[in-house]
Amino acid sequence: MSKQINVALIGNPNTGKTSVFNALTGLNQKVGNYPGITVEKKQGICKLPRGVKAHIIDLPGTYSLNASSLDENVVIELLLNKNDKDFPDIAVVVTDVENLKRNLLLFTQIKDLEIPTILVINMADRMSYKGITLDIEYLEEKLNTKIALISTRKKEGIDKLKLLISNYKDVSIEPCIDTTQIDVDYFGNLKKAFPNQLLYKLWLVITQDVNFGKTDRNEIDAVANFKTKSKADLKRLQQKETIKRYQFINNALDKGQTIDLSQAKDLRIKFDRILTHKVWGYVIFGFILLTIFQAIYDWSSIPMDFIDSAFASLSEWTKTQLPQGAFTSLLAEGIIPGLGGIVIFIPQIAFLFLFIAVLEESGYMSRVVFLMDRIMRRFGLSGKSVVPLISGTACAIPAIMATRNIESWKERLITILVTPFTTCSARLPVYLIIIALVIPEGRILGLSYQALTLMLLYLIGFGTAIISAYILNKILKIKSKTYFVIEMPNYKLPLLKNVVLTVIEKTKAFIFGAGKIILAISIVLWFLASYGPGEAFNDAENIVKKEFASENLSSEDLQQKIASHKLEHSFIGIAGHAIEPAIRPLGYDWKIGIAIVSSFAAREVFVGTLATIYSVGSDEEETIKNRMAGEVNPVLGGPLFTFASGISLLLFYAFAMQCMSTLAIVKKETNSWKWPILQLVIMSAFAYIVALIAFQFLK
Amino acid sequence: MQDTLAQLKRGERGIITDVSSIHIPLKLLEMGCLPGNFVELVQVAPFQDPMYLNINGSHLAIRKETASYILIEKMANE
Repeated sequence: MSKQINVALIGNPNTGKTSVFNALTGLNQKVGNYPGITVEKKQGICKLPRGVKAHIIDLPGTYSLNASSLDENVVIELLLNKNDKDFPDIAVVVTDVENLKRNLLLFTQIKDLEIPTILVINMADRMSYKGITLDIEYLEEKLNTKIALISTRKKEGIDKLKLLISNYKDVSIEPCIDTTQIDVDYFGNLKKAFPNQLLYKLWLVITQDVNFGKTDRNEIDAVANFKTKSKADLKRLQQKETIKRYQFINNALDKGQTIDLSQAKDLRIKFDRILTHKVWGYVIFGFILLTIFQAIYDWSSIPMDFIDSAFASLSEWTKTQLPQGAFTSLLAEGIIPGLGGIVIFIPQIAFLFLFIAVLEESGYMSRVVFLMDRIMRRFGLSGKSVVPLISGTACAIPAIMATRNIESWKERLITILVTPFTTCSARLPVYLIIIALVIPEGRILGLSYQALTLMLLYLIGFGTAIISAYILNKILKIKSKTYFVIEMPNYKLPLLKNVVLTVIEKTKAFIFGAGKIILAISIVLWFLASYGPGEAFNDAENIVKKEFASENLSSEDLQQKIASHKLEHSFIGIAGHAIEPAIRPLGYDWKIGIAIVSSFAAREVFVGTLATIYSVGSDEEETIKNRMAGEVNPVLGGPLFTFASGISLLLFYAFAMQCMSTLAIVKKETNSWKWPILQLVIMSAFAYIVALIAFQFLK
Repeated sequence: MQDTLAQLKRGERGIITDVSSIHIPLKLLEMGCLPGNFVELVQVAPFQDPMYLNINGSHLAIRKETASYILIEKMANE
């Protein structure tokens, strides 16, 4: 077997690093997490010339080796730990030709770790447009590296890059700057104390909390003596270091790069004059949001209806085609309806991820952050909180992870705490089905009542998030430095390949993650609904026959009566009746109660649960919606899902904290149980009270 | 008194003369906010905050408060 080369792809955000990764690995990639933390780990395999294979890791984007977030920390931990199985044989630093100077800073840092490093200058197609010319040979000599000038958009230069990677042994590992020159006294002493260590590596360990391989632990502890320098002194040294690095870079670029400004066209300025305008900027942003909601509601309803009826027929087909028995009914009444409850909202999730991917890829998201920062700050949030709040409409989990680039801990904590109020896609199936049941069709000013209700629910979600942020900002006594830096990248036409890959990957992760829970819960529910203790369940047939002996029921009606009697006395029926007193004031029956309890694991389980409960004990092929419409209120008579109980249920789902995965991620990101538990208790109590008031007023 | 970046108006340019490094995040220094580099105010949000800058060819936005720790010398508009 030939040896695999470990390749680490490193680069600033917005340099097209992911496009390079996609170009190298194609579909040969897998996405996972770094052990113990929730930073996404992307890796893939690339075939190089002469039959060599490269194992490529796409490291999180970072501006420098001085990490300021968990994601960036991953980069430095890997590069400092020679024993890591992923430790690169070669580092590939990806830069953007338009931001070469700034991007090279990271390159010099990595090269100073004495790791073979090659330079990728991406977006070469923009050069003539920007009046840039590069003398590659000169730059290779000055920077002492190999350079691949590529364009992922035009698919140029990838082969050259592959060739350079396969010749990694020829790449120089000579550092760019002499660390001792930053401050001769300080680094001279450091060198005396640790003659065998790489000086720059020590310096990185001193200036930040790097938590790397056990083997090096003792050495770090010894270094601790050098931490005595005051913070201000260390920062001054870091500034000197940065200046030194820029001197080195300027020295290379002075002759290696020429920019003819008269040739440069700047679309950025033209776009930004409108998109970040004091008035038009906000109008356009509002318009974009409206389009997104319209798409979620309108465009995805066609595939959704199709999926709903397809699962109903599949369930029916299974029943008629397979031999009768426990397994068949588990399949037809438990697993298939349960899975249908999740597959049904693939279209919406895909749409959401599509929009978010396009907003991010095009560079527009940074403008939104810019526009919103001042407004969000009044509520104790940061402009960067807008990204989690928007992507929270897809799923709170990636949204909470997206808070990592918020610099101030207080702003970040508040964002984490309020993000679960935004209407995530797991709430959508619940909203959609209840809206369809209780809100009349019909239109006002060309907008349907149902779409307006949905829009209102989104607004309620955002509004609650913002108001609770305001309250938290007043209550929480956390002092933290508030600074804020965000790059405003160039506008780019999103690459179709990148967007499609992101949408597929995120949707897949979401479906499989939620799918497992839903599948497990629907199997458990089916058992609980199909078996029960004592005579009331096991002897149901005789009991019902006796009870209705005087009435001349058709055999079909009789079967129906038996089935519902069984369901009421099954394990699930007993449990449901036990909790009924608590939820009856909200207008729910015991079946909804079960669905609510089971959806504390994940909201989207609600529809699947009701589907499972209703299909146990029903023979006809019916969609979930029709079954729900047919339910009768046990106390009041009449349909169970009325306007009052429907609104109450909608509000309950708008506010309740019903998602184990979110709680788990909040625990991880805040490193304490205090915050997730507070979230669970406060949000659920609030949901109960609001739902109670709503039902009592409306009924 | 010397001008700070926070006093710059839209479209104006300057040269950074000094940064109070204790108040400035390292990330900003690394993005090119260093003495000697040129800076241009590209756009401001309402209330002049945050400020969208071009520093040494890097486009970025910072809050006004941070900008007040960066000393500059205004350049005459050509």
